[in-house]
Amino acid sequence: MSKTFTPSFATPAVITANDLRMGHCVWMRDGGWTADPREAQLFEDEAIADLAMLDAIGQANLVVGPYLAEAKRGTDGRPEPTHFREAFRRRGPSNYFHGKQAELEASNV
Amino acid sequence: MFDARPQHNEYLRHRAQQFRSQVERRLDGSLTEDEFRPLRLMNGVYLQLHAYMLRVAIPYGTISPDQMRTLALLASKWDKGYGHWTTRQNIQYNWPKLVDIPDMLDALADVGLHAIQTSGNTIRNVTTDAFAGAAADEVTDPRPYAELLRAWSTDHAEFQFLPRKFKIAISGGEKDRAVIAAHDIGLRLRRNEQGQLGFQVWIGGGLGRTPLLGKVVREFLPEADLLPYVEAIISAYNLAGRRDNKYKARIKITVAERGLEVMRDEIEAEFLSRRDVFTGIDQDLLQELKAVYAAPAFRNQEDGDLEAQRAANVGFRSWTDTNLSAHKAPGYASVMVTFKAPGQTPGDASAEQMNLLADLAERYGHHDLRISHDQNVVLPHVHKSDLFALYQELKAVGLATANAGLISDIVACPGMDYCALATARSIPIAQDIADHFRARELEEDIGKIDIRISGCINACGHHHLGHIGILGLDRAGVENYQITLGGDGYDIPAIGQRPGAGFPAEEVVPAIDRIIDAYLDLRESAEERFIDAYRRVGAAPFKAALYPADA
Repeated sequence: MSKTFTPSFATPAVITANDLRMGHCVWMRDGGWTADPREAQLFEDEAIADLAMLDAIGQANLVVGPYLAEAKRGTDGRPEPTHFREAFRRRGPSNYFHGKQAELEASNV
Repeated sequence: MFDARPQHNEYLRHRAQQFRSQVERRLDGSLTEDEFRPLRLMNGVYLQLHAYMLRVAIPYGTISPDQMRTLALLASKWDKGYGHWTTRQNIQYNWPKLVDIPDMLDALADVGLHAIQTSGNTIRNVTTDAFAGAAADEVTDPRPYAELLRAWSTDHAEFQFLPRKFKIAISGGEKDRAVIAAHDIGLRLRRNEQGQLGFQVWIGGGLGRTPLLGKVVREFLPEADLLPYVEAIISAYNLAGRRDNKYKARIKITVAERGLEVMRDEIEAEFLSRRDVFTGIDQDLLQELKAVYAAPAFRNQEDGDLEAQRAANVGFRSWTDTNLSAHKAPGYASVMVTFKAPGQTPGDASAEQMNLLADLAERYGHHDLRISHDQNVVLPHVHKSDLFALYQELKAVGLATANAGLISDIVACPGMDYCALATARSIPIAQDIADHFRARELEEDIGKIDIRISGCINACGHHHLGHIGILGLDRAGVENYQITLGGDGYDIPAIGQRPGAGFPAEEVVPAIDRIIDAYLDLRESAEERFIDAYRRVGAAPFKAALYPADA
């Protein structure tokens, strides 16, 4: 569900995709990928985001279907989702405690 | 012709090996994602919201204990310990890793199962009545015909690139439990005045964004003409179906735009030229399949202590009241095992539950299991003297919920908790509705009612066919739910109608509550079901209950 919006200071974005081998959601950080959405890089400049997207598309050996997802800067400075779909991708399903929420809890222990 | 019975699975191993090499080539960069996507979809592998998803075909919902154990193995070894029964009698795994899927396909091939044509613009899994071969009211068992269609349609060279996906359903008789009116082709077994077996043939039904009920294109098709006639329908559609617009590509639109008569003429012309190509091999196979699906050796004995057991155990009595269906053999019943226990996700089955069902089918059910399109499992042949023992074992793993056909027996697609296409969640809405009416202790009083929920307009939850349908949408970045009323997938096929504006998630349960209160208030007797009352009085009283401010 890629968005046709322009990343800017007012409408920041993250780049997200799914891991090719395992399928889980990943977010771009420093040209690489992290499974932790709180670590995602926030893009607030169109040109930088465009270059990063080209980079992401070039990493088809690692990820599937990269796209820009609208985000906002949280109070702690980390990216937060603006749409419920991205919130679910960050958290995992609501019927079981597994997926991202379980992984993130495990990684915090 | 393809033959996927368990003893003939070299072909499935070959296909699994093919996919293994395709995955390897994707991972080493030889295949791009654009090249790989159609290949993985041909093997039932989707990329969803949180993970890959593998959809495994359960042909016409019929499955043996060994096959069920393999489904359990896939869940416990390569997934998170469970699978999800779909509304097309299949199973989906929500968390497989791409690198593991070739091993999963190998394990499936060992028991004659596969994921071929569970995706893509091909002929999908043929569906039928979960009570096939057991129902007291069927003309004959539809499964030999379903298997014949599967054998013919699997890897059928002409139909690998249809304008859009294609779904066939077969009902064993007049009483339709296969929703034939909502399928691309619907087949209803019947006998003509001379007593010959054949089919009433429907075409052009489907749900999705343009819900349409099918139309009868042939009142009586002799059984021997099944394959040439179905082939004629699909070849006519293959040529005439629109390829310019994905949303107008299903045969329902082809029929609606061109008219039934035009399609019928083309189908009959194709049929005449194709019939001679079928030299009788199909009929030989059909006779073999009729032997494969012959009824098991039913026991001829008394019902045992059933009535005494019912009298002594309230839970058992309630379960036997709701979850049994009439069987054609004396002393037998068909058992509906619902996967709609309190708090449960509709249609989710744990590996433990699958393994137990396999054991129970061997012990009490003539080795036969069915997946129903309302996301439950049917043990079609259980002798009444075994019911109490069966009930106790089911109860031990949370599978003896006495709610078949009641308000908590809700059909729901995975919705945005899993699905990449979804626009809103389905599962929490289903859970909240079920919890609410259990808390009000109204379930038995309300009686038979069919609630169906889809998380997007593609309608995998068949919401149009629910007596009450719920469709989840994204309205300006917020989940919003449209309600439809008066749909029916069973007795009198009908597409539910939308009485007004949708509701935010937290207002769905109160809205359903108002509809149910209105129904309880206006029904003529406890026997008058919701749908019967709706047909009698129309939408107005329910609309007034839903939107009190407008009344």
